[in-house]
Amino acid sequence: MVTNITNFGRSGLSDWLIQRVSAIILAVYTLFMVGFLLFNPGLDFDTWSGLFSQTWMRIFSLLAFVSIAAHAWIGLWTVTTDYLKPTGIRVAVQTIIILVIFVFLVWGVQVLWGA
Amino acid sequence: MSMLQVSVYRYNPETDSAPYMQEFQVDTQGRDLMVLNVLSMIKEQDSSMAYRRSCREGVCGSDGMNMNGKNGLACITPLSEVVKKGKLVLRPLPGLPVIRDLVVDMGVFYEQFERIQPYLQNDEPAPAIERLQSPEDRDKLDGLYECILCACCSTACPSFWWNPDKFVGPAGLLQAYRFLADSRDTATRERLADLEDPFSVFRCRGIMNCVAVCPKGLNPTRAIGKIREMLLANAT
Repeated sequence: MVTNITNFGRSGLSDWLIQRVSAIILAVYTLFMVGFLLFNPGLDFDTWSGLFSQTWMRIFSLLAFVSIAAHAWIGLWTVTTDYLKPTGIRVAVQTIIILVIFVFLVWGVQVLWGA
Repeated sequence: MSMLQVSVYRYNPETDSAPYMQEFQVDTQGRDLMVLNVLSMIKEQDSSMAYRRSCREGVCGSDGMNMNGKNGLACITPLSEVVKKGKLVLRPLPGLPVIRDLVVDMGVFYEQFERIQPYLQNDEPAPAIERLQSPEDRDKLDGLYECILCACCSTACPSFWWNPDKFVGPAGLLQAYRFLADSRDTATRERLADLEDPFSVFRCRGIMNCVAVCPKGLNPTRAIGKIREMLLANAT
């Protein structure tokens, strides 16, 4: 048993499952976005804000935001533990990554629900 | 005369400040020798050359090394399989500390093997004769117990290179699953609890280098997948 405190789920199994579920959510969201843009070639502001004013789209988008936050945390945490061996640098980079993810998440929620 | 050019990694920490590659010319007389035969011919040219070998038939796992970039057992690897453009490059197993020339310190590898408790654990009273197992249960151990601990797989694994102290590695995980799958072992829950952290099992990225190099044709990636399935079944 190897102890860790800066990974997302505090457990390798939980990180592994979250990484897979979030990947599926992000894939579906990406496909939806690409499809929406393809079927609306002359996209204007009304169509775009109309899409995001609907509750299901806001839930879907928030789900995607939370998924990308978790996915990025787990993935980048793994990269830092592989390649950053000095503890000070590793903890500092992990802290910065987690804070940036938090900032982007809150900012995303504000953009999504603030309009 | 058919000369083979062999480039061998040399390092003697008592006399060399850094490792270097030494060139040898070996006369194979056109025969498709095993790499280990070539090494013994090199040792006749230069007796200071150090490498491990024992059974010379792929059973003991002593002569794991990196031949033209791929790990394998020198004794069962024919030249025709590895030599490219008449040249053979021999290096020690990657990622482990070099003791001398092709001899590596397998300490971290054995520590990970020890960590997964590679022995049968059963807390029930011992039967008079032996613990029986159905033929079906015995079949589950095929493809797991044959490992000879040559370390070709673990030292071909980037995850093991970066975290040899935390990631168990393909060889250790194959044996971990060998005991998880054993119907006579009763420590399954404890074994799984020791493996669910982010490093021990989950540092495997599934690139399957282990499967590509295993000289016994075993599949550690599949065993790791089975461990993940057991962990998931146990915790959801």
